[in-house]
Amino acid sequence: MTVDATASLAPPRRNLHRFANPGRFLRLAGVVLPYLAIGGLVLTTIGLVWGMFFSPADWQQGDAVRIMYVHVPAAWLASAGYAGIAACSVASLVWRHPLADLAAQEIGPVGAGFTAVCLITGSLWGKPMWGAWWVWDARLTSVLVLFFLYLGHIALIRAFDNPERGYRAGAILALVGAVDLPIIKFSVDWWHTLHQGNTFSLTGAPHMYISMLWPLLFTTLGYSLVFAAIVTARLRAAVMERRIRALLLARVDERGVAERVAA
Amino acid sequence: MTFLPYVAASYTLGVVVPAGFALAAWRRMRGASARLAAIDPRRARRAAAADARSQAEDRP
Repeated sequence: MTVDATASLAPPRRNLHRFANPGRFLRLAGVVLPYLAIGGLVLTTIGLVWGMFFSPADWQQGDAVRIMYVHVPAAWLASAGYAGIAACSVASLVWRHPLADLAAQEIGPVGAGFTAVCLITGSLWGKPMWGAWWVWDARLTSVLVLFFLYLGHIALIRAFDNPERGYRAGAILALVGAVDLPIIKFSVDWWHTLHQGNTFSLTGAPHMYISMLWPLLFTTLGYSLVFAAIVTARLRAAVMERRIRALLLARVDERGVAERVAA
Repeated sequence: MTFLPYVAASYTLGVVVPAGFALAAWRRMRGASARLAAIDPRRARRAAAADARSQAEDRP
């Protein structure tokens, strides 16, 4: 059997670098953004109204269980957002994808916001159920660590005069911090925690009544689309701002050259 | 409804935070788009070409 040695050297036709062209990204994002925003708004609204007024109260927790329809999607997006930053960091460090650093930078504040929502709604749920706003439980503590990792990533990117160095340092922090994600997921299995165990698993049926599961699925999908819409809009703005900076710098350079020629 | 203040506070947070991010992102995007349209020579060339085409079509 003969193997074409040059085949593996040929540039792949369909990969993420297709979206490295800012103009192409702006066009694609402009098409996708309204669908993400409208879909997210509709699904989140349906899920929240359903969860608040039509889903049953829990036999033990009463109506406090309705906090779940905000808390669980926020928790999912806190982890998913950081996983997104880690994926962008790999794309930046390994493949030097030009939009990966910008994407990681724009995901950071949104992910931190959703992590804060997760922590605060968890606290609001914990007070009536556990009698305390906060306990140093493994799940709560690992999510708090995730929040600090987000803040560290945001601060580190902005800490350097040279943005490339900031992006590099942020990417390394994001990859090291990604170790917190499996700790968050399995903390309720590895340690005895006050936080309840996992409701969802890959292999088993969810431990939740179906009339509570549906609104939760709606809010989770809806918030995910809203998150994607916000990040896409921020990334679109960041790409345009980079082009504005480049154009203004080019004008300054041209003016400088013209003045030197005139002198 | 039991525990209403806790549930209401959670829902408020779940609406206000994403809405705030969305509004800020939308305003930033609009601002950047307007600034880019004002200085981008490629956009200016495209607009000039579109004007020229429409004038050519108007001519008898």
